[in-house]
Amino acid sequence: MIAGVVKTISGVRPAWWVALVLLILFPFPANDFFTVQIGAYSMILGLIGLSLMILAGYGGMVSLAQLTAAGLAAYVVAIFGVNSNDVLGFGWSWWIVAPLAIAVGTLFSALVGLIAVRTSGIYMIMITLAIAVSVFFFARQNYEVFNGFTGYAGITAPHIAGVDMRAPLPFYYLSLIGAVFFLAVTAFVEGSPFGLALQATRDNPRRVAALGYSVTAIRVFAFALAGVVAATAGVLLVILNGRVSPGTIGVDVAIDILVIAVVGGLRHPVGPFLGALAFVLLENFAIDLIDRERFNTVIGAAFLLVIFFSPDGLLGLWQKLSDRIKPIQTPTKSEH
Amino acid sequence: MKYSNLLMGASLAALMSASGVYAESLKVGAVATLEGAFAALGEDGLRGIQLALNEFDGEVAGYTIELISGSTDASPDSAVRAVRKLVEQDGAQIVIGPLSGSEGIAIRDYSKTQPEVTFLNGASAAQDTTLRETSDNFFRFSTEGAQWMAGLGEYVYTEKGYRTVAVVAEDYSFPYTQVFGFLEPFCRMGGTSPQDARFYVPLGNKDYSSVIAALPDEVDAIYVALGGADAVNFLSQYEQSGGDLPLIGGSITMDQSVLGSKGSQRDYIIGTPAAGPISDTWDDPRWQAFVTDYQETFPDGFPSPSLFAHGYYINAKAAFLALEEVSGDLSDGGAAYREVLAKLSFETPTGMVHLDERHQAVGDIFLTEVVEGPNGGLLNKTISVTPQVTQTLGLGYEEFLAYGPVSRENPVCE
Repeated sequence: MIAGVVKTISGVRPAWWVALVLLILFPFPANDFFTVQIGAYSMILGLIGLSLMILAGYGGMVSLAQLTAAGLAAYVVAIFGVNSNDVLGFGWSWWIVAPLAIAVGTLFSALVGLIAVRTSGIYMIMITLAIAVSVFFFARQNYEVFNGFTGYAGITAPHIAGVDMRAPLPFYYLSLIGAVFFLAVTAFVEGSPFGLALQATRDNPRRVAALGYSVTAIRVFAFALAGVVAATAGVLLVILNGRVSPGTIGVDVAIDILVIAVVGGLRHPVGPFLGALAFVLLENFAIDLIDRERFNTVIGAAFLLVIFFSPDGLLGLWQKLSDRIKPIQTPTKSEH
Repeated sequence: MKYSNLLMGASLAALMSASGVYAESLKVGAVATLEGAFAALGEDGLRGIQLALNEFDGEVAGYTIELISGSTDASPDSAVRAVRKLVEQDGAQIVIGPLSGSEGIAIRDYSKTQPEVTFLNGASAAQDTTLRETSDNFFRFSTEGAQWMAGLGEYVYTEKGYRTVAVVAEDYSFPYTQVFGFLEPFCRMGGTSPQDARFYVPLGNKDYSSVIAALPDEVDAIYVALGGADAVNFLSQYEQSGGDLPLIGGSITMDQSVLGSKGSQRDYIIGTPAAGPISDTWDDPRWQAFVTDYQETFPDGFPSPSLFAHGYYINAKAAFLALEEVSGDLSDGGAAYREVLAKLSFETPTGMVHLDERHQAVGDIFLTEVVEGPNGGLLNKTISVTPQVTQTLGLGYEEFLAYGPVSRENPVCE
């Protein structure tokens, strides 16, 4: 296990280390808006997208309920932590609330998996969509636990060693740590026996079953793993916003997550983060590019173009570009 | 041809940048719901700001006003994201918006983290925004959902003689506020509204048969706080099921979408009283001038300005009037500007407006009744104007707080 981790780390290409250093230095030239709302928020959306990428990319299972797992984790933080709505809000410490929230999100995702894994393709999309919609409506109409339409506000941010984790810099680094950690975990899992088994269930589940593996167990575990990622993103989201309401887990947002994962590319765990960055940039700046009545058209058109020219999303686009540049460079080198 | 076009464009650009030297610009952010179900209403809100800006010819105290819009989908999360961009990225020192209740509370909370920026409400009408945990730099020159009901409870008690009412409303904060604003005076006078005669349905509900079946017979009237398609659906289904109880309307219940809809419920809603911050047919010259201005500036807009255009207009006008008074000087982080805002009192198309000590508007409210117009269409006739309604509905602040936050059961009223 440890040898594997070391191998994974030493196998990281230098370009990744450069990217990491750039990300660490990013907040210094950037203002608070770029640090939090572009940088950190992209990483949170990217994490939820990563959760979907793990299922869809390795397992061939598209789940629309991953945002719901993140949202439930956020609700757990509001219910067991401190909120200003005079509903529940047990005021437990963050050291208990955050792990509890991640555990609940994970459990939920695993349950979704248990229900959905026996189906595939469009049926799995429908089942997970149905679960997401029912949780959304339940949260909106239940006042005892979810506080209905209003949801929860005034959720306090944790203070670690006296530092307010909602302040731009600490929050950015918290999100960065989360994103890098789960990116590394995903890269490690990809090559692990479990990851290979998961990819095998994607390619030929009957053969995997014939080899003696339990396809259901592998898939449910993948759902649980994706749940950990999504729930962590949910905790980050509630630290950032200080609030959670049914609108946070609405169907339109769940579709946004799917768009992020697909536009970014499902072949590599970094894809969803690229997709999230593109999505957040467009969401914030499209309105400045064009008339305010038409900016959603720009967002839609941009995503359509990406998918049209590259079915593998932004990652595929990058691959195509570098493939094109390489053959040109190689002959010039051989000439000298 | 192409070259001459280019040349013209370049010289135009040069001219424009040259004129920029003389008139410094001042950034004002505008937040409205430009996506989702309320997109048409958000668009109308921005028309309100544009009307106010046109009155100043786009220039206040020598500064050109540069309006930057931010879009939300009516969720508080999206409202905070939009306003964050306007403040932290675009550098707006004045922000006007948002449109809906929960967004207003979220932006009020955000305003506490930006003490140098001045926030004015758009058309959001949740009570808590300016009642509890108020913010020093959030101002609301428009009235809110409970104020909008002023005069209605008294009217139906004394004039119509109703003593017990059932309630049908959507299940979220704005209808709660309206129900509270209606029931509070009604119950204070001796009326009742039993808890089991109050029905809260999800936003966008289509089927009201279970609600209609459960409506008790021994009530005198039904108070309906539903908006748009929800109101049309309820009214037509109730009428078809043979219901004949008189109705009382919320502020967005008896609007043009309901009055203009076809069907047999049309005759049935004649005579329904309602109340709100505007009355389409008010014959006062100030309001008539406002409507004419709106219709001429926006031929593609609604037939008459909505209460959202009205709310944004009033808040934008307050922002510009105060800006003129400080000669556009916000260099002290807007402290002097906010002092002027807090004391500002001005004439609007719907009467005088000033703020109370929690930065909430005190303004006039209209009591209306549905009548048949001269050409056969239905319209709201102005019955009376309740002058200078306060947020605490005439009670003391502490006394009013004792009711607690608006909810399904508030006020108890058994």
